[in-house]
Amino acid sequence: MTAFLASIGYNGWILHVLLALPLIGVVPLVLAPAERAKRIALAVTLVEFILSVGLWWSVETISGTLQLTSSTPWIAAWGISYAVGIDGISLMMVLLTTLLMPLCVLGSWNYIGQKERGYYAMLLTLITGVIGVFVATDLFLFYVFWEVMLIPMYFIIGIWGGKNRLYAAIKFFIFTMAGSLLMLVAILALAWSVAAKTGTLSFDYTHLLANAGAAKALAPWLFGAFALAFAIKVPIFPFHTWLPDAHVEAPTAGSVLLAAVLLKMGTYGFLRFAVPFFPSVAASPFVTNLMLVLAVVGIVYGALVAMVQPDIKKLVAYSSVSHLGFVMLGIWAATVQSVQGAIMVMIGHGLSTGALFFLVGMLYERRHTREISAYGGIAKVVPVFSLLFGIVALSSIGLPGLNGFVGEFLVLLGSFGVHPVSTGIATTGVIFAAAYLLWAMQRILFNKLDKRENEALTDLSGRELAVMLPLILGIVWLGLYPKPVLLKIQPAAFKYVESVRGGPAALDLVQRPQEPGR
Amino acid sequence: MTFSLLAALPQVGEMTVATGAARWVWLAVAFPLVGFLVNGALALKRPEAKTAVSVVGTGVLLAAFAVAATVFVQLRGHPPDAPIIVSLWSWIVSTGMDIQFAFQVDQLSVVMLLVVTGVGSLIHIFSVGYMRADAGYARYFAYLNLFVAFMLVLVLGSNLPVLFIGWEGVGLCSYLLISFWYGDKANADAGKKAFLVNRIGDLGVLIAMFLLWWQVRSLEFVTIAARVPGTLPVDGGIIIAITLFLFLGCVGKSAQIPLYTWLPDAMAGPTPVSALIHAATMVTAGVYLVARNSVLFAMAPTTSMVVAGIGALTALFAASIGLRQYDIKKVLAYSTVSQLGYMFLAVGTGAYVAGVFHLVTHAFFKALLFLGSGSVIHAMHHAYHATHSHEDAQDMRNMGGLRKYMPWTFGLMLIATLAIAGVAPLSGFFSKDEILAAAFGRGETHKIWLLFWGMGLAAALMTAYYMMRLMAMTFLGDNRTGAKEREHLHEAPWIMTGPLVVLGLLSLIGGVINLPAFFPAGPHHVLDGWLEPVVAAASRLMPVAMPHGATEWALIGGAVTIAAVGLVLGWKLTLANPIPTAHDAPEDTGFARVLFRKYYVDEIYDALIVRPLVAFSRVVLWKGVDQGLIDGVGANGSAGLARALGWIGSRLQTGQLGFYVVVFLIGAVWLLRTVAQ
Amino acid sequence: MLLGPSLLVSAILFTIGVVGVMLRRNAIVLFMCIELMLNAVNLTFVALSQVLGLGGQVMVFFVMTVAAAEAAVGLAIILAIFRHTRSVDLKNINLLQG
Repeated sequence: MTAFLASIGYNGWILHVLLALPLIGVVPLVLAPAERAKRIALAVTLVEFILSVGLWWSVETISGTLQLTSSTPWIAAWGISYAVGIDGISLMMVLLTTLLMPLCVLGSWNYIGQKERGYYAMLLTLITGVIGVFVATDLFLFYVFWEVMLIPMYFIIGIWGGKNRLYAAIKFFIFTMAGSLLMLVAILALAWSVAAKTGTLSFDYTHLLANAGAAKALAPWLFGAFALAFAIKVPIFPFHTWLPDAHVEAPTAGSVLLAAVLLKMGTYGFLRFAVPFFPSVAASPFVTNLMLVLAVVGIVYGALVAMVQPDIKKLVAYSSVSHLGFVMLGIWAATVQSVQGAIMVMIGHGLSTGALFFLVGMLYERRHTREISAYGGIAKVVPVFSLLFGIVALSSIGLPGLNGFVGEFLVLLGSFGVHPVSTGIATTGVIFAAAYLLWAMQRILFNKLDKRENEALTDLSGRELAVMLPLILGIVWLGLYPKPVLLKIQPAAFKYVESVRGGPAALDLVQRPQEPGR
Repeated sequence: MTFSLLAALPQVGEMTVATGAARWVWLAVAFPLVGFLVNGALALKRPEAKTAVSVVGTGVLLAAFAVAATVFVQLRGHPPDAPIIVSLWSWIVSTGMDIQFAFQVDQLSVVMLLVVTGVGSLIHIFSVGYMRADAGYARYFAYLNLFVAFMLVLVLGSNLPVLFIGWEGVGLCSYLLISFWYGDKANADAGKKAFLVNRIGDLGVLIAMFLLWWQVRSLEFVTIAARVPGTLPVDGGIIIAITLFLFLGCVGKSAQIPLYTWLPDAMAGPTPVSALIHAATMVTAGVYLVARNSVLFAMAPTTSMVVAGIGALTALFAASIGLRQYDIKKVLAYSTVSQLGYMFLAVGTGAYVAGVFHLVTHAFFKALLFLGSGSVIHAMHHAYHATHSHEDAQDMRNMGGLRKYMPWTFGLMLIATLAIAGVAPLSGFFSKDEILAAAFGRGETHKIWLLFWGMGLAAALMTAYYMMRLMAMTFLGDNRTGAKEREHLHEAPWIMTGPLVVLGLLSLIGGVINLPAFFPAGPHHVLDGWLEPVVAAASRLMPVAMPHGATEWALIGGAVTIAAVGLVLGWKLTLANPIPTAHDAPEDTGFARVLFRKYYVDEIYDALIVRPLVAFSRVVLWKGVDQGLIDGVGANGSAGLARALGWIGSRLQTGQLGFYVVVFLIGAVWLLRTVAQ
Repeated sequence: MLLGPSLLVSAILFTIGVVGVMLRRNAIVLFMCIELMLNAVNLTFVALSQVLGLGGQVMVFFVMTVAAAEAAVGLAIILAIFRHTRSVDLKNINLLQG
């Protein structure tokens, strides 16, 4: 495979193609008749996915550095360039995105009834934005993609959303914008500070990373600005309230992408930028403790609030708050296990919550309500749906053998030695997770089939099965044999831990314990 | 570069390379798993293909049993010095960590393997007859097969995370099977309760794993057992914490105080499920976990005392509830909780073999009791069904005199009753006696063990009483089912009675696997010898002082007397007065009512924990913090502030051009003035 | 050469324009007052260009161009408003009121 990829010069063009293809795809999509739009979108996203698969082989997993890098001056006078690159973490995020995109198109097949061309054009633009965020290695470019991603999502919620879509869309936009503008200021300030010291004005990631110490005086402020932007995106308690609204109002594909990919941009930002740039601030007791507390509060709080939601989508939205709390815990515990686990949770949450939103959407298409109380006993009429819902819910609960467990286990295992108390409290999240999902499952699938409308529900169609199948396979595969993925992300995790703990300390953590005298 | 650390740490514990049949032990898991997939597919696509389901469902179990037997024979022929580890693949890897998906074959896991597949096979065969008429037949066998697969992962796992797969997996299957008839909310509730309560226990297992990883950097059983003794101080805080958290998991899974409440509710599932999962196998996983980590528990005498204390208390407490239940399965459920308490008393005492011994004999006679009660319920159900009556088919007050209609079931259940009551020389006598003797023997070290022994003895009296009461109410006296219904009562078909006969035989002679030295016929102490390699290290740390000579005989005499007294009391007192049917029975009063309502523990948990938590989440967290504080004050508040400022600003916009010009002029003049200065 | 009187005239013209804009309500008159102010500025430019160079005179052409464009657009707007409301009294035109 590697040889084949080399023969077609894959490494040279793949990232650019992944970024450009969706945008190019928009052109025929807009020109074609409306009823053909979804087919074109499906074709484009499928090609995008197939092309991206090769990345698995072309990203080597030894050094943990950025690879496949390329840089072209863009606004040379300001030191801004079009620079991209990829490492283990972004590889996983890119693959997750490209995998979910064709599924999103398929999942929207009958859901979107109006302005189809616009919808699919937005979806394709979103791909560029999201992949751009994950592969940009120029901070200015990163910021541009960050905003590019925001706009299509705003329209997807605002135009094709539910009843209260405008409120949700504006809330989503303003929350994100409030953070990201501060981040822009921080990016500029960082670049200027580094320029003042080194004499070159550049937004290049590696350059800034190497010289971030120049902004020492400003570091707490800059870190704060970055952290706020990412915290809103994650979202960390108490910045999470845009999420339930956005999820509830967004169309299915919007919810899926929001949960599976967009939220990960926040945690990705912490891993890639906020913490490595300002390790001294991030590792200071105040910040660490604050973040740990917020992470643990998020885990427990999200789960408890999810438990009492009457709306399925809101329930899943709050469960995301809880799951992302695990990611934050792992990131801030900063051991190799916990960071690897955090990234696994990011991937796992993408699959299982994405799948959950798809299933909820399929239910919504049939009954046009998301109220849990409108269902009950439907396992009898839709057994296949129920089976899949069960598997996905169990993976979200963290049943060992499915993907949810591996990530959470590693996060908690890695964090426990560093922060036993926080981790102990966080572990109770597994109980609450079971509580809210099983309770919801019972009220939807089990109990008496006592509503007439539910008796005529039809089970999943072939298309819907095609949407779910890859996700279910992923859930089981990552649960039973996560090793290849873990190995891919390990070097990046290692690098991150080193950057936080300043090299040698990272090794202390994995030192062998004293062998017992025997 | 630093990634050389990627390789796993070397094993410290000794292990044997797998050879022969042991290499294929994973087949024992694979067969039921295949059965699950096939039956699951059938359940979705062709639920009416019941013959195929029966063949696949029971066939895979028999195949798994064959694998287990083969492995057992190999192990008996060539006993390995150290556990055989069969690594399948590398599961979770990280720096300094390589958790293998691996199975551990040693004397303990083989015992469990045989019990699970053996008793499991019998119960599967029984189910063919019992569930025949159910629409969810294929689904039932799919779940049951999946359960066995997970249970075998649990007992075979060579490290805690793999064990945990099985641990949670059996919980899942238990959940699915309890809520098997999910159309009834009560059943779905019971399933959910079982899963959630088990999750509380699982939290303990997780934290124990974290502690172990933190302290000894390994989760492999052999490595833990080898490293912990040299690393952690005996009875130190850490080892106590580790074992207590592990024990929390056992308390959840094995339904001990205070987490036992899910097990009686679990009777909502089909009766063979109660026999397999909630009596013979899954609920004993906690005992297995303690026995598997016996070294850890032996190093923490404090925890061991807690384990024994909780066990003794549960044995007594649950038995007392069993005294006043009318639902035949509820009696057996509390009996199971009580007997599990015995097992924990044993492993807490350090008598790990006795615990496992009782686990095995209990699997025989309790499975028999449950399956027998299944036959009874089956018959009652048919009778009521035939006459379109809506009486409770499980209420013993509606039974009586069934001996005439179901002689085989009666005889076999009587054997089990005598066994559980501890009548010599049935299986339960030997195992229970060994536990009580061990607790008594430990009385030399601390007086509290004598209290535990006393509690166990009292529980034995109650056990004999409530079991005989069950038999008397069900099978003796006059029939209370109803005149018309009576004609439809009949013995269960052979596919159901057959497994009962086998189990009856095992209950009768099961004691043979570990006969005590005083017993006239040999061989003696087979199980003790067999499990010696597994528990040797723990026994050295925490030796059990078994009483001998006159003391031993006195103890035996006491135990047998108590059993006899209990049986006679149960028989005489139950039949002393005519029993009204459930329909006409007056409400219990006084303490009997407290017992019937199970000391109101469910209600107390509900009022103190469940409701406050839900209310707190809804009112304080969601409505208060989320919608009120963050959204109301924070997000919408700042939006409102912006709007208010905008409103003030908009007042300046009069729309009158003259006003604008005046303002503009003032501004211009002011600007000029400033510039001029 | 006549610098002082020229500036004086332009100042008077400008003031007349300002006062007119402030006090009159008729849109056409207002418009004329604005033109008056622009031309006052033009006069200043021309007058001062004697001293400061030709730049001022160039500026005058810019102002005239702008004024012409403004006249075209402004009159068109006034015409449109007149058609709509049958009046060019500014009192009635307060669409911008907040």
